[in-house]
Amino acid sequence: MTTTRILSRKAPAELGIGIAFVAECILLSHLSPYFLTTENLLNVSLQASITAIIAAGMTFVILTGGIDLSVGSLVAFAGIITTDILRIHLPLPVAILAGLSVGAASGAFAGVCVTRFNITPFIVTLALMTIWRGAAFVYTEGRPIWELPESFGLLGAGRVLEVPIPTLMMVIVYTVSHIVLTRTKFGRYVYAVGGNREAARLAGIRTDRVLVQVYVVCGMLAAMSGILLASRMNSGQPNAGLMYELDVIAAVVVGGTSLFGGRGSIIGTFIGAMLIAVLRNGLNLLNVGSYVQQVVVGAVILLAVLMDQWRRR
Amino acid sequence: MAPLLELQNITRRYPGVVALDDVSFSLNGGEVHCLVGENGAGKSTLVKILSGALAADEGILSIDGRQIEVHSPADAQALGIGIIHQDFKLVPELSVAQNILLGHEPLKRRSLFIDYGQMHEKARGTLRQLGEEIDTTAKVGHLGIAGQQIVEIARALSRNVRILAMDEPTASLTKHEIANLFRVIHRLKSEGVGIMYISHRLEEVFDIGDKVTVLRDGKVVQSCVLTELDRRSLISLMVGRELEDEYPAATLVLGTEILRVEHLVAERLTDINLQLFRGEILGIVGLVGAGRTELARVLFGADPVISGKILLDGKPIAPKSPHDAINHGIGLLTEDRNRLGLVLPMNVRENISLAGLDPFLTGPFINRKAEEAAAQRSVEELQIKPQATEAEVETLSGGNRQKVVLARWLSTKARLLIFDEPTVGIDVGAKYEIYTIINRLAAAGVGIMVISSDLPELLGVCTRIAVMCRGRITGIIPAKDATQERIMALATDSDQ
Repeated sequence: MTTTRILSRKAPAELGIGIAFVAECILLSHLSPYFLTTENLLNVSLQASITAIIAAGMTFVILTGGIDLSVGSLVAFAGIITTDILRIHLPLPVAILAGLSVGAASGAFAGVCVTRFNITPFIVTLALMTIWRGAAFVYTEGRPIWELPESFGLLGAGRVLEVPIPTLMMVIVYTVSHIVLTRTKFGRYVYAVGGNREAARLAGIRTDRVLVQVYVVCGMLAAMSGILLASRMNSGQPNAGLMYELDVIAAVVVGGTSLFGGRGSIIGTFIGAMLIAVLRNGLNLLNVGSYVQQVVVGAVILLAVLMDQWRRR
Repeated sequence: MAPLLELQNITRRYPGVVALDDVSFSLNGGEVHCLVGENGAGKSTLVKILSGALAADEGILSIDGRQIEVHSPADAQALGIGIIHQDFKLVPELSVAQNILLGHEPLKRRSLFIDYGQMHEKARGTLRQLGEEIDTTAKVGHLGIAGQQIVEIARALSRNVRILAMDEPTASLTKHEIANLFRVIHRLKSEGVGIMYISHRLEEVFDIGDKVTVLRDGKVVQSCVLTELDRRSLISLMVGRELEDEYPAATLVLGTEILRVEHLVAERLTDINLQLFRGEILGIVGLVGAGRTELARVLFGADPVISGKILLDGKPIAPKSPHDAINHGIGLLTEDRNRLGLVLPMNVRENISLAGLDPFLTGPFINRKAEEAAAQRSVEELQIKPQATEAEVETLSGGNRQKVVLARWLSTKARLLIFDEPTVGIDVGAKYEIYTIINRLAAAGVGIMVISSDLPELLGVCTRIAVMCRGRITGIIPAKDATQERIMALATDSDQ
């Protein structure tokens, strides 16, 4: 049994990126004495949490062979809806629910366009990306939404046993996503649809339904990040989450999930997101300028994907 | 005189297996030398070595007695070696002429521009050499499989091939198209081309071959002139044991009606009427485009019904999707198992349980232990090799892949199973096993329909045969009264 386990697709896929991540951490701990402190690590996880939560949702979409470019704009729009509802003194749960609904509705719309009208995911979500960003500016007339109740700020800044709430949320999202993808019927169907959509349909899987669901998951997680980000900034910003889609896709791809669908894992995405976050943090600790950082991060993404290609040979 | 092509003592090892073990093979100009063997016998590995896609660990390749080195497909081309793969390497969006001369486009004098006039002239010339008239401006994607194959051969020919290896060239051709292909092969022979011909269809081997080499487990077990062998001895050489019969005997008792189709109309299907009883195996035959696959897909809910009735066990059903059909107890083993049947990145276990996860579910969760146990039982029962439920299906041979799909549908406990070309590209031994399973299912009261282009197979396996032509059923005859001539007459509707 142990030998056949090793043959399965998941174990080796995460091994490579895992080793790279550990090596990165060891290197940084030697270069900066501050790196391995609890405070710094919690800080890294807090900074990573916003995009990492979206990356979990994106993993579902990419596993089906799709892509969702609208997540960055959804971060802004969901944040604005939530903060605007708070400003008129409706209770926090109502505001959060409204924000999440925006994400879910956007995802459902994207899913229906992809399945019913057969538009490629890239085009549908590119359009939604522009629409939601524009809507965020129209809605706010370009001005941030301020004057929020103090309790809202706790979501982003609060801590439970020293652990920041966004970090906690991230851990919960990844745990649940991992269980869903590896242990449930829905997760199995996500892999099947991504691996061979027509074969999956002919095996009796309602592939359209699965596809709509993955976009809903991704939209909701983007909205959730939007709410957490708004809380951290204590305001609804129309330009929040700008270009997040790229960071998110990078985390998923570095984590070994194939853009063609059918292969990949949530653990891979988690390590991918952490690897990039730790890299940014390390470069900051080493006083590397932000322009150079961009170059380094880009190079590392390329390197990770190259290594992955090479491994698949 | 040295033979045109000679492979001497070729050995190729993979981790854990010796794919080719001291194999020698020689081919003369103007000769068809068939290569036969079960799946995994090493035929494809040999072709890959010839094409430069793989290197041999040991052994010598020579042409006209001169030793050669083939490191890449470009080397092979330069040496006059052409390979016709089972799946064509054509660009569907380009024209016939563009495909034939791909990479060798004639240019206008001293320019970078393609001389299209000359290109079509050259392409037409090559096609004429094959005795074919195909519009060279047509998009390759719009040609049928047979046309594409001719283009593929023309492409090889335009590069002055002297050695042509053909891997399962007839797998998706109709009888008429095969006859045409054989005419082309005869023409190539008369021009002195040496042909290495790989096929699972033994009647073809006897039809077209001059010599045969039998591979088994990577070794040559026999290499001789074909007239020295008969079909039976060839099979036993391939399988390595005496095979009493190509088709297992079945004792079937006719039961109640399971399926009745009345005046069914759908896209490319007109007024289909048929009945299927428990304990019978209904064959569906027809030329490509006759509507066989379309009928299967409509019954399975994959394509919509326009009008007419489908009754399952006397109750009218209207499956709107495969999901619906499966809930009604219908299963379809699709043709082209790689494209429509299997999810290649998934492992054997996941592919088997794909259509029947429900028994393993506790709420939304899959009970992995139960799923594994069931997959293990299937793997053992159907003797899927390797016997590992966690092996990726990509690593399995064609016959074993088909067994995985079969295991999936067996696990759904379907009442009605439709097999679309269940044995294409599968070796004799695995075919026999699949026929045995079909018989067992029929005996157990599952309604069985088998679509096949292989007439002897249908005559050997089925109890009744429905013949289709241009979207209609032109006749249903008991297999014992059926002859190939009678079926072909109905399939071409030559009575009208």
